[in-house]
Amino acid sequence: MNWTLILPELALALVGLVAMVAGVLPKRDTTFGVSMGVLGGLLLAGVLVLAQPEGNAFGGQYVADAFTRFMKLLVVAGAALGLLLAIDWNAKEGLSKFEFPLLVLFSTIGMMIMVSANDLIALYMGLELLSLSLYVIAAFNRDSERSSEAGLKYFVLGALASGLLLYGSSLIYGFSGTTNFDRIADAISSAEGAPFGLVVGLVFVLAALAFKVSAVPFHMWTPDVYEGAPTPVTAFFASAPKVAAIALLVRVAAGPFGDLVAQWQQVIVLCSLGSMILGALAAIGQKNIKRLMAYSSIGHVGYALMGLAVGSELGVRGLLLYMAIYLFTNVGAFAVLIAMRRKGRALEGIDDLAGLGKTDPAMALAMTLFMLSMAGIPPLAGFFGKLYVFLAAVQGGFWTLAVVGVLSSAVSAYYYLRVIKVMFFDSGEALDPRPASLSMVLAGTGLFTTFFFLFPAPFLAAAQAAVAALLG
Amino acid sequence: MLTIGLGHYLTVSAILFVLGIFGIFMNRKNVIVILMSLELILLSVNLNMVAFSSALQDLTGQIFALFVLTVAAAEAAIGLAILVIYFRNRGSIEVEDVSTLKG
Repeated sequence: MNWTLILPELALALVGLVAMVAGVLPKRDTTFGVSMGVLGGLLLAGVLVLAQPEGNAFGGQYVADAFTRFMKLLVVAGAALGLLLAIDWNAKEGLSKFEFPLLVLFSTIGMMIMVSANDLIALYMGLELLSLSLYVIAAFNRDSERSSEAGLKYFVLGALASGLLLYGSSLIYGFSGTTNFDRIADAISSAEGAPFGLVVGLVFVLAALAFKVSAVPFHMWTPDVYEGAPTPVTAFFASAPKVAAIALLVRVAAGPFGDLVAQWQQVIVLCSLGSMILGALAAIGQKNIKRLMAYSSIGHVGYALMGLAVGSELGVRGLLLYMAIYLFTNVGAFAVLIAMRRKGRALEGIDDLAGLGKTDPAMALAMTLFMLSMAGIPPLAGFFGKLYVFLAAVQGGFWTLAVVGVLSSAVSAYYYLRVIKVMFFDSGEALDPRPASLSMVLAGTGLFTTFFFLFPAPFLAAAQAAVAALLG
Repeated sequence: MLTIGLGHYLTVSAILFVLGIFGIFMNRKNVIVILMSLELILLSVNLNMVAFSSALQDLTGQIFALFVLTVAAAEAAIGLAILVIYFRNRGSIEVEDVSTLKG
């Protein structure tokens, strides 16, 4: 047994346990220290992931390869950026509790286990570790009616999705005789045709995972939870867990059920079409910018799923790049939302951005870049994300997907441009000065979004290696 | 003489599962009933797992069922905790009242 493979998760868990004790024991406020410790732990985990050897561990329950490395680096980066955004906001809102960074850390361990899962049991345990942490941080502002309602809604629907996942897993186990992904693949390829019980189980599992990535028709919770949860929590929800859930969906579809591609392809195509269309149309009338970002994230999941729907190597590579670009653009946009604060009160209306072009040109410029990138305007990063998935769809002969994708990104450009219009052409009062941590995140993600086109090669190479490891 | 086989267990657990789903969507009373329905879903899954495990002569299913039991306990604890803070803010746990966020 090769236990050194799970060193990143072990290190992170150890940091979590130490930080938990260190947070409780002293009498003074330990939030800042614990946050820094958790950030250090995430950094350490990132380094360990980079140095991780490849192979299987724990009787094939856990796998480490180029795909898991790519996804885990994204997840760890997303979690660290999310935590960085939260520290100052939480302090200003009176939510400065050391449990917050700890919950982020434990959810990150869950995400890393999800990404590396090669067995239905490991998949379930990773997903639940993630979900249970997320339910709690959705309701983290426990004196707010909106936050607790967001937590309650997320809990009920999330637990239902877990139930569907488990029911599907039980059918898959019953009809293939194993929970291991490799042996499920063997059982499918040795059977004649597609065993009925397995297909039913697969549909249940896909429905549950579509819920976790908030793809249509399982998206209903997203706008409510994104609006009600505290803003940094929304930023976290929209970044790292989404990337991890997409990774899991890709692993399950392409790994154990690679031979049932004809069965799951139609489901993913419909999810992708529905998400793109709903993401474009439903966001138009929104006044709350967190709700707008929720619909926007549903749309982005639709574009990413297009890569999986195509089912080719090119498509999955496009999906991985799309998620990487989406993660950083999204974190940047949320950094602006978190900076929206006047006279100490947090704001969430799109109108509250008015006048930002005059009062804070640097942040307005950054927000403009993020919005244009999400709309897919060249030469920003978001354009390349869309380019690769559309290219794969066209080459695979999925014209409907490509045409709907182009049309819906044209429609969604309307509401992204509206945000820019409000910032530059309406007038409003200045926002409170933003803390240094937000400026750092804004500068980093802004530079990534703007200059991605100069150095796409390393990202392309990493995504190519990840796809080769997954499908090879 | 009727012998009870795998099919019977699967039927019972499918019925329990469907009851659980209906309990969530058709219930207009209060959120506690939703939590009970969620438990019912998880129990139907456990029944499935154990029945398959016995039919396949394979222990994995029973181990899976143990994991599900443990996680279900944690999930119920978190669900009730969230319900308590919700009740403190809102003063009601009627399903119809969970509607501040919409649009």
